[in-house]
Amino acid sequence: MSKFDKKRSKSQPAISTASLPDIIFMLLFFFMVVTVLRDAELKVKVVTPNATELTKLEKKSLVNNIYIGKPLAKYANEAGTKARMQLGDKFADEKDIPLFLEKHRQQVPENQRGGITSSLKIDGKVTMGVVSDVKTALRKSGQLKLNYSAKPRAE
Amino acid sequence: MGKKSSKDRLSNEINAGSMADIAFLLLIFFLVTTTIVSDKGVLVKLPPWSEEEPDIAKLNERNVYSILVNADNQLLVRGEPTQLRDLRENTKIFIMNPEGRPDMSEDATKAIVSMKNDRGTQYETYLEVYNEVMAAYNELRDEAALSRHGKAYEFLTKDQAKAIRTAIPLIISEAEPTAFGEE
Repeated sequence: MSKFDKKRSKSQPAISTASLPDIIFMLLFFFMVVTVLRDAELKVKVVTPNATELTKLEKKSLVNNIYIGKPLAKYANEAGTKARMQLGDKFADEKDIPLFLEKHRQQVPENQRGGITSSLKIDGKVTMGVVSDVKTALRKSGQLKLNYSAKPRAE
Repeated sequence: MGKKSSKDRLSNEINAGSMADIAFLLLIFFLVTTTIVSDKGVLVKLPPWSEEEPDIAKLNERNVYSILVNADNQLLVRGEPTQLRDLRENTKIFIMNPEGRPDMSEDATKAIVSMKNDRGTQYETYLEVYNEVMAAYNELRDEAALSRHGKAYEFLTKDQAKAIRTAIPLIISEAEPTAFGEE
């Protein structure tokens, strides 16, 4: 008994930290894979409405985002207080839509261009006038697949 | 002399202790920047652009389910004020017309939902109406799938789903909004 005790106290093993980097790296890779670096800073206030019939957008690279909402307070001087559209990271008008869509199309491989979806992230309080103008502009430039971005609602 | 040999042995190993710190730094960076967002929404397909207005005069009136939403977010369905919560059931009855009424759709394939709103209508209301119509169709398809194949619509094979989609096609026609109530 005494022999056993003695041996144990002598070796007093420090916990090996050699495998710690491996564990951390594993976590690191997980987060690297799931990370989507936010592409644009939101300059308009967007609180999407709730809906039940939702479809998940799968391919992130085939989606372009169009935001519509009231400009944030700090951009009120530049953009006014009425609902505005944001394309990429700046305020835009309907006439900027074709160029925006074309720029996104160029980044998509040719055989996947049919699957390009425009995700409309629109604030629930926005009136339909702005929204229909954007929809008309999208139709005119041949972008017909739309997604009205919405939050799931518990029924 | 003995000291030197021990030093030699040590220098053979790279000190991996700081590796964890580096990895931690990267990990925290990615933790902070991560947004695990899944973009969800109501998927719609717009009709191609054409200069002339579509001619709805030749449509049989009994097949058209017209929904008007005004600038005060009130609903007028086929000439009658309606609450949003009744819309789904009413739409389903209209499409299938189980009693064979002469003022409702002849057949599910011929039913058309026509939506019109003011420029002052709130987007939230518009999307809710759209959502209810979609829900009505999805419920009808689910019911058809259950009675035909005993399975929910989403578990059907591609051909079965396609057959049901042709039997109950989702046709929503949206008119240009009337210029009213724009802020």
